[in-house]
Amino acid sequence: MFESLSHLALQQYWWIIISLLGAILVFLLFVQGGQTLIYTLGKTDMERRLIVNSLGRKWEFTFTTLVTFGGAFFASFPLFYSTSFGGAYWVWMLILFAFIIQAISYEYRSKPDNFLGTKTYEVFLFINGALGTILLGTAVATFFTGSEFSVNEMNFSRWEGAARGLELALNIHNVSLGLAVFFLARVLAILYFMNNIEDESIFNRSRKQLILNAILFVIFFLLFAIWLMFIDGFAYDSTTKIVSYESHKYLHNFLQMPLVLIIFLLGVVLVLFGIGKSIMKTSTNGIWFSGAGTILTVFALFLIAGFNDTAFYPSTFDLQSSLTIENASSSKYTLKAMTYVSLMVPFVIAYIWYAWKSINNKKINTEEMGEDIHIY
Amino acid sequence: MIEHLDSALVDWSRAQFALTAMYHWLFVPLTLGITFIIAFMETLYFKTGDPEWKKASKFWMTLFGINFAIGVATGIILEFEFGTNWSNYSWFVGDIFGAPLAIEGIMAFFMESTFIAIMFFGWNKVSKKFHLISTWLVAIGSNLYALWILVANGWMQDPIGMHFNPDTARNEMLNFWDVLFSPIAINKFLHTITSSYVLASLFVIGVSAWFLLKGREQLLAKRSIIIAAIFGLLSSLFLVYTGDGSAYQVTQKQPMKLAAMEGLYQGTKGAGLIMIGMPTPGKEYDDNKDDYVFKFEIPKLLSFLGYGDTEAFVPGVKDLMEGGFEYTDENGEKHIALSAQEKIEKGKLAISALAAYKDAKELKDEEQQTISLKIFKENFQYFGYGFLNDPKSIIPNVPLTFYSFHMMVGLGFYFILLFVVLLILLFQGKLIEKKWLLRLAIFTIPLAYIASMSGWIVAEVGRQPWVIQDLLPTVAAVSQIDASAVQITFWLFLAIFTALLIAELKIMIKQIKIGPKEGGH
Ligand code: HDD
Ligand code: HEM
Ligand code: HEM
Repeated sequence: MFESLSHLALQQYWWIIISLLGAILVFLLFVQGGQTLIYTLGKTDMERRLIVNSLGRKWEFTFTTLVTFGGAFFASFPLFYSTSFGGAYWVWMLILFAFIIQAISYEYRSKPDNFLGTKTYEVFLFINGALGTILLGTAVATFFTGSEFSVNEMNFSRWEGAARGLELALNIHNVSLGLAVFFLARVLAILYFMNNIEDESIFNRSRKQLILNAILFVIFFLLFAIWLMFIDGFAYDSTTKIVSYESHKYLHNFLQMPLVLIIFLLGVVLVLFGIGKSIMKTSTNGIWFSGAGTILTVFALFLIAGFNDTAFYPSTFDLQSSLTIENASSSKYTLKAMTYVSLMVPFVIAYIWYAWKSINNKKINTEEMGEDIHIY
Repeated sequence: MIEHLDSALVDWSRAQFALTAMYHWLFVPLTLGITFIIAFMETLYFKTGDPEWKKASKFWMTLFGINFAIGVATGIILEFEFGTNWSNYSWFVGDIFGAPLAIEGIMAFFMESTFIAIMFFGWNKVSKKFHLISTWLVAIGSNLYALWILVANGWMQDPIGMHFNPDTARNEMLNFWDVLFSPIAINKFLHTITSSYVLASLFVIGVSAWFLLKGREQLLAKRSIIIAAIFGLLSSLFLVYTGDGSAYQVTQKQPMKLAAMEGLYQGTKGAGLIMIGMPTPGKEYDDNKDDYVFKFEIPKLLSFLGYGDTEAFVPGVKDLMEGGFEYTDENGEKHIALSAQEKIEKGKLAISALAAYKDAKELKDEEQQTISLKIFKENFQYFGYGFLNDPKSIIPNVPLTFYSFHMMVGLGFYFILLFVVLLILLFQGKLIEKKWLLRLAIFTIPLAYIASMSGWIVAEVGRQPWVIQDLLPTVAAVSQIDASAVQITFWLFLAIFTALLIAELKIMIKQIKIGPKEGGH
């Protein structure tokens, strides 16, 4: 069924999958955003317990999506995997540490005799929420800002920045995307709480927090997005594969792929609509609009990073070492085999949906915290 | 092409991988096995409606949850470590290795995490039947995960189903099914999951024995012991069978590992299987010391198990270093083995031919390309050896491999005996009187972990210096980072994982002391 697809078509298909996974991941980072708000929104033990449990039933999805994102990148674009992870060592290590301490925190937080104390686990959750979002945003921004590495004739890569990735955090554009992701995650978390928790005071505090976080998100996002439209991007020639700078490359990508532009604009509008709706009225379904909008926006950003003859992982050290979906990908055979596997994805989404509906059909409330079920 | 070889870097990277993998493995086998035990119990609850079974399922589920969380925490790092610390490796094999990793994300992790949510939060929300199905799917999902990662590991021990593409300088997949159904991978999968069932059974038995000693939860404890002992006994028998299958595969594909497992320096015809023994400390392959200080062996068994012929020649470390013996390859052709030195020379030829091919391609010199490619292909089999300089570096740590192997096998037979004795006494109704046996059962929990960990030490230390057998040694696989950076992360991992392990143990022990009464949280 996929036998007739060209290698390029498969590469594009997999870049779309990666983009989709990345987009869903950014949406799911609302769990991380929520973890930075436990003390802001929860003033009593019970309120905090509600918040933690509300997030606690979702965190695994974010985590699993991150793992799958990594695995899918490894399988479809291994040269990116080896270059970025082996190169920007410290950035990735910090991200990983932030996720290691998250994984136990929910389960161990309220258990008796938990060695480090409830407070420590809550601090872990906070660190994960802040570092996880900011650093992931920073790392993704390098798809547009580039990094210093070279790839030799054996395709073994080497990082030329002595700070092993920490230098990425010195670039203001990387950081502005990082902060945009951070505040977006908080906005989404607030909208999620408004939808998921049945508690008057948490709801009211959420609405107040929403305005502030939404403003900060918009500022950092605009800072990044406007800059992106004006910079020189990394283009490659589709026949010679030679990489060169092209002015306004990302703006051109939008204009030359109008569908992507539409997705992007629709996404931005939906995000803002969800926020606005929740600020104006006491509505609880803002998360659906802003969530869907987030997915569309991030999806479009990934597409302009990799499509239309653009190098998605540019090297500022040696332009010709830049990675493109063509030179960084797996072989045709592997992509084809995995494409068959990707047919499972709709099925997976369907059962996740079904399973969640069956246990999540009502809001979480204080009564439930006393029931004989698994409580964090 | 590898500019500077920094042995400190390789050593720290290996130490870090070993540390994180072993921490991960502390938690994985319990997850793999206890989920089935819980599923059995919940099935009985579903069939009989007896609330005691529900109580038992929930109790073990609580312990599972505690273990699961830290299994996840230690797992994420392993996946990304291939990129961060073994980046050359990731490119070299990404085309083959990445696929199982991605498939498992799509197929297994989501399955596990979705249905775990139902298992924990769904008791009062979904039907009994749906809950039961979810519990089964958690068990199946986690075992499916094991399949994919072990296929990847199996492929590293015996790289098949691929070819080397000189243009991209990496291995590319030719046949997915060859990779998936490689006999090494299948054996490894079966042996690993069954060993995990044994471990989980011993865990459940040990905890239940503690309750019996304290005179608490008698019914729950006895029922748990019955389920676990039957499950454990059946798994153990299968474990011996798959272990034998693994050893057979090692003999065929990794003769050096086999020699190390048996401490065999001087190969012989009609080699015996060492039951108990002590390799001579400080032995080098080319000195004249005896192989063993003492040994106790079953004559001819090793030759028989490895080659199906009691008189077959089993090469030792010395033979593999010096070559010159006759062996039969997969196609049934006979060859004279090369020495390590000759292999290194051929490997270097392959590497330089590849470089020449690349240069010729740059210059568009077709003739030179064909010549270089031919030399490359003729010597490709020894490609990895070309990265080595000292022939001795192909010898793994013999004593460690030997003792780990013998400990694992010895414990495997002890476990069988224990399961049988427990079952007999239980059916005679005499188990509670046998306090010594109950104490022994508690004491066996750590032994199960030791056996399981030893297995991985055999498999992984025994294949050194190869990351991919004969194709890529650790020195060529490692990311070019400062050794000091890896050193820092090593200590960080050690500190964090140890703190988390202590937390896990304390919480686990507390929950066991609280017991099932509390409803289990
Ligand atoms: C035989 C089984 C087995 C083996 C050899 C490994 N693991 Fe593992 N791993 C599991 C069996 C498992 C599991 C049983 O499925 C875990 C343990 C607890 C859990 O949540 O799932 C898990 C968790 C787990 C997670 C977290 C998954 C989640 O989100 O739930 C990751 C990313 C990895 N592992 C990655 C690895 C890698 C890269 C390995 C290669 C060295 C590895 N594991 C060896
Ligand atoms: C989870 C159980 C595992 C354990 C306990 C384990 C154990 C080890 C140990 C002890 C080492 C260090 C050997 C040495 O340097 O002397 C090692 C190395 C390594 N293992 Fe494993 N291993 C496990 C699973 C795997 C799996 C499933 C894979 C691949 C899919 C794998 C891939 C590697 C790699 C790439 C190295 C580093 C390179 C090397 O030293 O050979 N391991 N492992
Ligand atoms: C009773 C007889 C047993 C035999 C003959 C046996 C044999 C083997 C062999 C030959 C290997 C190495 C495979 C390789 O390097 O590819 C191995 C690995 C292993 N063994 Fe065993 N084993 C036995 C019992 C056990 C027991 C009791 C446990 C734990 C409870 C265990 C756990 C493991 C594990 C986790 C591995 C690593 C995974 C693998 O490589 O398959 N084994 N075993």
